[in-house]
Amino acid sequence: MAINLTTTSKITWCPGCPNSQILVSLRQVLQTMVAENKLRIEDVVMSAGIGCHGKITDYINMNSFTGLHGRVIPAMTGIKCANPKLTVIGSCGDGDAFSEGLEHLVHAARRNSDIKVFVHDNQLFALTTGQASSRSPKGFKGKSTPFGSIEEPFDPILTMLSVGATFVARTYAGDMKGTERVIRAAIEHKGFSFVDIIQPCITFFDTRDFLKERMYWIDEKESTGDLKKAIEIVTSVTDKIPLGIFLNTTKVTFEEQLHNL
Amino acid sequence: MTNEFHDVFTVGIGGAAGDGVREAGQSLGTLLSDLGFEVYISFTYPSLIRGGHNFSRISFSKEKVWCDHGKLDVLIALDEQTIILHKDELNPDAVVLADSFEADDISRLGANAVVVPMSSSSKVLEAPPITRNSVALGATCYLLDLHFPQMQDVLRQVFRERRLEVNIRLADIGFEHMQKLNFRHSRNLTPGQHTKDLVDGNMAFGKGLEAAGLNFYIAYPMTPATGILHYLALKQKDSGVRVIQPESELTVINMALGVAYAGKRVAIGSATGGFALMQEALSFSGIAEIPLVVAISQRQGPATGVPTYSSQSDLRMVIHSGHGEFPRIVIAPGDADESFTAGVDALNLAWRYQMPVLVLLDKLLSEHSVTMQIPTGVPIDRGLMAENVSEQYGRFAITGDGISPMAFPGTSNAVVKTTSYEHDENGITAEEALPVKAMIDKRFVKTETLLKELDRRETIKVYGDKESKNVIVFWGSTKGAMLEAAKYFTKPVKLVQILWVEPFDSKRVTEELKGAERIINVECNHDGQMASLLREKTGIVVTQSILKYDSRPLEPMELAAQINSIING
Repeated sequence: MAINLTTTSKITWCPGCPNSQILVSLRQVLQTMVAENKLRIEDVVMSAGIGCHGKITDYINMNSFTGLHGRVIPAMTGIKCANPKLTVIGSCGDGDAFSEGLEHLVHAARRNSDIKVFVHDNQLFALTTGQASSRSPKGFKGKSTPFGSIEEPFDPILTMLSVGATFVARTYAGDMKGTERVIRAAIEHKGFSFVDIIQPCITFFDTRDFLKERMYWIDEKESTGDLKKAIEIVTSVTDKIPLGIFLNTTKVTFEEQLHNL
Repeated sequence: MTNEFHDVFTVGIGGAAGDGVREAGQSLGTLLSDLGFEVYISFTYPSLIRGGHNFSRISFSKEKVWCDHGKLDVLIALDEQTIILHKDELNPDAVVLADSFEADDISRLGANAVVVPMSSSSKVLEAPPITRNSVALGATCYLLDLHFPQMQDVLRQVFRERRLEVNIRLADIGFEHMQKLNFRHSRNLTPGQHTKDLVDGNMAFGKGLEAAGLNFYIAYPMTPATGILHYLALKQKDSGVRVIQPESELTVINMALGVAYAGKRVAIGSATGGFALMQEALSFSGIAEIPLVVAISQRQGPATGVPTYSSQSDLRMVIHSGHGEFPRIVIAPGDADESFTAGVDALNLAWRYQMPVLVLLDKLLSEHSVTMQIPTGVPIDRGLMAENVSEQYGRFAITGDGISPMAFPGTSNAVVKTTSYEHDENGITAEEALPVKAMIDKRFVKTETLLKELDRRETIKVYGDKESKNVIVFWGSTKGAMLEAAKYFTKPVKLVQILWVEPFDSKRVTEELKGAERIINVECNHDGQMASLLREKTGIVVTQSILKYDSRPLEPMELAAQINSIING
């Protein structure tokens, strides 16, 4: 019997928001894994930060921990340390993963904490009605940058590869099959998983047409075990946006070492 | 006035940072407590690693020593600066041990200036300079007629394999040197009947947490709270406690919230500056009713302030910490015994009431060592657990006493939702007026439940003459100086120590203060924060305050003189 992961909460994302696609993909992966006896749903904790993405925990009927803006990653590590049997997954926004609290992402990756981070990356602050985030392109015009952002955008994939993340991937919310495959691989990975989910904000920064021409899936046979190759893939293209699992390697986790002193 | 009357004896050890001043003080203190003396050790140091001036003061007696004494009976000078800085603190019959003396010191001290070949003996044995304090410890044993073989045992404990033989040999040299001179201090010392443990407040607090079933301690280093981190980190293999030192205080508290959400008992600690960084997440523990223990050790602020010196200036900051309104408990222990109890109580109360419990320490309490009996068999309260969980489980179920049964992730049938948003009984975001108010009221019902708890707790302590109309009010580590000073008061005085600062036990405090003709408030801050809190909570206005805010501790003999002049005035 399929588990019911829906709640009675009214969904307040804008109609057509790709956040809903991420929610459906995530529910689908969990339902499938539970049906295949790969997971018990009570042993999974879904986490979120604060931003549009953070509403996801109200819309999914399972254990959840909705943290503070920018601070959910340490809590996820805390949950995993306290009970290593739990599968700890979570969503962040680009505001609360890359702007506020970037250090937590970097250090969680460095220590290979066995948690799975899915960033709903819409390249701006949406819930606060449209300001530039550290992911907005240079020249981005928002309410706080009416004459165009003067900052270079942050590169999450290259950063995650360089600080020791053992699973690094990017997907596109609109490609739900692709997203389900990547999320499932991230959950199945033992160690720190990072997935950047491109999620255009259809209200404040609709990049769907721009992205369609530039996104492509990489050939993962060439990349997943080799850090140098992964870095080469993500740095060799400047006008295109590669999707896929760039790195998937194994290393002892923080929590395993903590409990095996 | 000297401290002779009550037979407190004080040895000072001074040198540069890196000279092993603290360790030598601890070794001497351990010996004295092993011999049955009551001991109090202070350690003063500037914020640097090498050079500067470090000073250990070891006060001991057969009766309880509550605080450091300013006057010295023995001064061990590991460098020349020590004599320069401390020569005005010597009692008339004080003995000074040093490698060498300036001519005018010899003329002043006469036969009590004793040359001990500390550095030269280390050099002869080709040992590093730090080993010279073993010569001093050996010499002190002869000087004070302390059992020398037991000193050797203490050194064996301290050094284990590392340079054990050479340190023992150097202690022998010091002892034999004094024996040849046949030089003993003129005062006779008698130990007490029982040997106790020598612990500082940080260690006592850590032991209290351990006794109450702590699972995780998470902290970022910051003086003067770091001792808790060091103590528990070393204990990991024995006790099963796990210690994590992550990248920042923000990580510390958010990680701890995750640990407690998943069902494990967790404590965190920092100085108040580090705690200042944790405010948003403290408020999160309040709204989400996550059991959390926070140790906050005060030092002289604001900002980086005077990092290795003492203060009581964060009482107001801590009781009002975190944005929004939520119930919390704040306990301010006054000595190592109370720090242990605070560790036990904080963990039990946090889980019983599902709220943050803050323990307010300070540099003196955290880092000064004292003899105490560590209690055993303390009760563990794991809080109210959900039984026979059904699919209707709501983490924030509204109950009569405000306490909702807890379940943790991994429980069959239970969906456990926690959030920093205001929420309904199931942990789903709530923004409508009615559920918002209902949940705030639910949390504050716990305060009502907690007020009944106050009657069962030692929220205040009363000492001295309970009938006296002269009353002194104090809190935190001021207890030490106050109870030591009280040995020298010339009139009967009632002393009231406030331990629970939130919730404030207005009923009991009012009972103790209402008949007073004179209320003297003593605390180490500029604003008189306890005096203002007292007025806010009880309407009682103190007659006068003795406030010290130069970052240095109260000196008991000076404090006794001040209070005597007030009560006799």
